[in-house]
Amino acid sequence: MAQKNTIPFGPQHPVLPEPIHFDLVTEDERVVDAIPSISYVHRGLESLVEKRDFIDFVHVADRICGLCSFMHSMGYCQAVEEIMGVEVPLRAQFLRTIWAELSRIHSHIFWLGVAADAFGFESLFMQALRLREPVLDIFEETTGGRVILGASKVGGVRRDIDADSLSGISKRLAHLRPQLEELSNVFINDYSVKHRLSGVGYLSKEDAYTLGCVGPMARASGLDMDMRAIGYSAYKYLDVQPMIETDGDCYARCLVRIRENFHSIDLIREAIGKIPEGPIEVKVKGAPNGEYMSRIEQPRGEVIHYAKGNGSRFLQRFRVRVPTFSNIPAMIKILKGSEIADVPNIILTLDPCISCTER
Amino acid sequence: MSEPQHITLIDKDQLVGISAELFAEGYRFVQVGCATLENSYELTYCYDKAYHLRNFRITLLPDEEIPSISVIYPNAFLYENELHDLFGLNVRNISIDYNGTLYRTAIKTPFSIENVKQPVPPQPKPEVVKEHPESVKEKTEEL
Repeated sequence: MAQKNTIPFGPQHPVLPEPIHFDLVTEDERVVDAIPSISYVHRGLESLVEKRDFIDFVHVADRICGLCSFMHSMGYCQAVEEIMGVEVPLRAQFLRTIWAELSRIHSHIFWLGVAADAFGFESLFMQALRLREPVLDIFEETTGGRVILGASKVGGVRRDIDADSLSGISKRLAHLRPQLEELSNVFINDYSVKHRLSGVGYLSKEDAYTLGCVGPMARASGLDMDMRAIGYSAYKYLDVQPMIETDGDCYARCLVRIRENFHSIDLIREAIGKIPEGPIEVKVKGAPNGEYMSRIEQPRGEVIHYAKGNGSRFLQRFRVRVPTFSNIPAMIKILKGSEIADVPNIILTLDPCISCTER
Repeated sequence: MSEPQHITLIDKDQLVGISAELFAEGYRFVQVGCATLENSYELTYCYDKAYHLRNFRITLLPDEEIPSISVIYPNAFLYENELHDLFGLNVRNISIDYNGTLYRTAIKTPFSIENVKQPVPPQPKPEVVKEHPESVKEKTEEL
């Protein structure tokens, strides 16, 4: 019987942009157990509800994560608006949807780049980040920010996008599409990429469901689960199709994100075609008295923003259940039985967002 | 669009039984949320099936124990460790128990009753009774 060794993986590791640690128990080259440790950079943002009133707190929610900044503020606003019975104008709902889908594209392209870097394909990493730039430029032109957008507010959005700019966004996305196809073709067809990802890090559909998987990780194992189907914001007016793969390996997770990029471009162009004229915000009076759990689909999956108020300007409780936290049990399951050389790729294809987890 | 969210109040002794039933019905475990009240904690267990969310609420006193559901839903262990580390709650028989080391926080149990400042709800303004001008006049004459 082979000797058992414990190999520390992280919190500082070349493939990890953010700190997470695993104690990998190995027998020869095979991982037999994995024990995760988080909370190296826990910030306690949830407890700031004691110090910021519910209107100002949007800025804190915006800063939970750099990649899904807009989605956090949007989810928070939705929760507060539901408690207060605020009817958000339709134009604001469409604008939120457009920014949310742009966030998904920029997150997925960033992930493709980081994944390419992890398996040693540096030029592919450069290409991916180059294609991410136009999306960040759109953010900057429409909100003033490239990372933290600050566009959402309780009752609507802070900025409008005029018709010319919307048409410009549509054209730029149409221009981005063939470049993204070229990039995606490498991920889909390149021999070495397939070799590193196919059949690695398998997660069955049953395990994905039982272990509470969400987002692309769940959909890559064949689960038809996408919170956009609930129909929040303007998604109820759009043709949302969950991107599903059935192989459940690292390659399938990569394919789901690639297909979601193209679907997001379609959704944005559809939303631009359907966006109505009208106000972008309503005045909010009073303070939240009640509770609500807002569920939205972030790039990494279902996120829950829970808000509870007692009529005061300060919320009693705000909680975020982020997708990465929900995907950790499945991460442990996948790592068990894998080769030690595949661990970086496996962890990356789960797309862990530690800044969300360490909210 | 509002997602319908009904919360069912249950006793802590019913938790494991309800979780087992929901598991058998094909519900996935979504999360445990906890809110700190004046003298107690409010735990909300959420389960989902085909975008239908079912929520069960337990109110717990600080010294009370709650059973773990990680034997039914293996992914519950993270949420239960979170309840222990952030709220100071005692969860019995967690499948993977970090014994208070999941979260490294500057203060121990930052969301416990002792550490959470409850916001003061707005008080109704006292009614201002305006005195009739004639009664004011009478009072002045008396003086």
